Amino acid sequence: MAKKKFVVGCFKEEAVLFPAVKKVRTAGYKIHDVYTPYPVHGLDHALGLRETSLHTAGFIYGITGTTTALSCISWILTSDWPLNFGGKPHFALPAWIPIIFEFTVLLAAVGMVLTFCYLCQLAPFLKKHHFHLRATDDYMVMAIECTAKTNVADLKAFLENAGAFEVNEQEAETQWWLGTYDKDQQLIRDTTIEIA
Amino acid sequence: MASIRAQFEVPSKTKTWSLALIFIGVLSLIVGFVTKGMSSDEHTKTVFWGTLMYNSIFFTLICNASMFFICATTLAMGGWQIAFRRIPEAISVMVKIFGPITLAILLYVVLVDHNHEIYHWLSEEAKVDPILKGKLGFLNPTFFAIWTTLTIVLWIFLGARMRKLSAECDEAPMDAETGTKFIWRNTVSASLFIVWFALTVASTIPWLWMMSIDAHWYSTMYSWYTFASSFVSGMALVALWVIFLKNKGYLEYANEEHLHDIGKFMFAFSVFWTYLWFSQYMLIWYGNIPEEVVYFKHRVQGAYKGIFFLNLIINFICPLLILMKRSAKRNYTIVTFMAVLIIFGHWIDFYQMVMGSLSKEEVTLGWFDFGIASLFIGMIIFFVSKELAKKPLVMKYHPFLKESIIHHT
Repeated sequence: MAKKKFVVGCFKEEAVLFPAVKKVRTAGYKIHDVYTPYPVHGLDHALGLRETSLHTAGFIYGITGTTTALSCISWILTSDWPLNFGGKPHFALPAWIPIIFEFTVLLAAVGMVLTFCYLCQLAPFLKKHHFHLRATDDYMVMAIECTAKTNVADLKAFLENAGAFEVNEQEAETQWWLGTYDKDQQLIRDTTIEIA
Repeated sequence: MASIRAQFEVPSKTKTWSLALIFIGVLSLIVGFVTKGMSSDEHTKTVFWGTLMYNSIFFTLICNASMFFICATTLAMGGWQIAFRRIPEAISVMVKIFGPITLAILLYVVLVDHNHEIYHWLSEEAKVDPILKGKLGFLNPTFFAIWTTLTIVLWIFLGARMRKLSAECDEAPMDAETGTKFIWRNTVSASLFIVWFALTVASTIPWLWMMSIDAHWYSTMYSWYTFASSFVSGMALVALWVIFLKNKGYLEYANEEHLHDIGKFMFAFSVFWTYLWFSQYMLIWYGNIPEEVVYFKHRVQGAYKGIFFLNLIINFICPLLILMKRSAKRNYTIVTFMAVLIIFGHWIDFYQMVMGSLSKEEVTLGWFDFGIASLFIGMIIFFVSKELAKKPLVMKYHPFLKESIIHHT
């Protein structure tokens, strides 16, 4: 699939990273992502990321689990195959609540893990591009996506000024899921055609 | 940055309102004492003392929950609460006032009045009752008096220790070494309180004060249940004070990030409370053994049916549905509404825990209950605001203050 060009800057300090993010965004460059070795508080706000909808998805999975379990058990134990357990009524709600609860948790947990993998574009055996391996150790790695209009030399100098101690240029494929390639990809291809 | 308003001044309106509530409370206490407390009818007298008991126990425990919150966050090396920590501190001072009130009421009931309508184990029958005989080592006036006194004195003493340490944050800046030592000393004091808290609120005290009203019945979950009830309403109380001070233009450092975390506590412990409620209920419902069902019979099927299920709706369904969304926990109006609802709900919970056993045939909830509650609420407003005015609201030199200011959820 189509590869995109990125300019990558490495930072060591949060205190340098935050103003750099602000500068890069003000200058109008498009930050692809910032990879950090640990969760940096407030970075999502600085990057202007929208609130994740993972919890809404979790709620929907959970409520699905609740209704599925409740309707299944109540149908089985009241109409399909009523059994007498210790003289309890057939519709023995308190006894079902643990099962309903467990099923809710199961669906919510598994569903959210899968959704999380989907949103982060992770899958087993999938090799993702690493902009810098030390992003898992002690570097904070900022990847800026280049468009046809981006002047790479300018951008590199800009990043160095903003406090990056290592700047390089990379071509990478960062998206993999069917049909979810960035809209920008279309844009790049269009412009290439125009230039050609 | 604009200057921080660290010194709280009690608004005169707050003072008037709290005094009005206290006045209503004292008035209903006097009228209640004349009409119920001095009544020749044993049952009416029991209702009078029972009402005083559950109110004083409830309000003491929710104020003590503030100190538990401080100690738990201290032990967890939490920093986010520093921006508003003076509020739970001021609330925990109330234990000094409510503790002795509770002590006086309980000791009167047990030692002076020998009220075996309330505590059945005080009667002569208990000595020959095959079940109660075995419990008398724990349920006897001497142990009751000593353990209750010790509990309240140590709550006050250990709480005061924590507050004394916090006063050091107003004196001088701390370098890394004094800061580390300061945190260590806090940790030690907090652990002492937590251990005593575990031995009292989380185990013996609810058994002794409230569960022993149904002397034959027992539930090992009862204390945790009471703890969950008091802690969640304690957090709601903290939330109300934070919002009150924010409204008055104080606590500039506390913002919706802090409110969000308090809201999470309110949400999480509402669910925790329900977990215990349900565990206690379901096992007994499923077992269906007469000696266990005796506690739930008149609550689920008798006069207390309405209150029993209202309790579950207010304390579980409402927090679950309303507080679940992130934006709800960050909304001052919703959190205020939910805090009031939760405190009311758990007050009702304590009501049915105590009065459901003392007056099985009829629900006694009426002007007297609300009057006594208004006495305690008025006292909380009056004394906590007075206490808040004594110290700066910002713990200026606390090592974790910065962590709290930049707190982000």
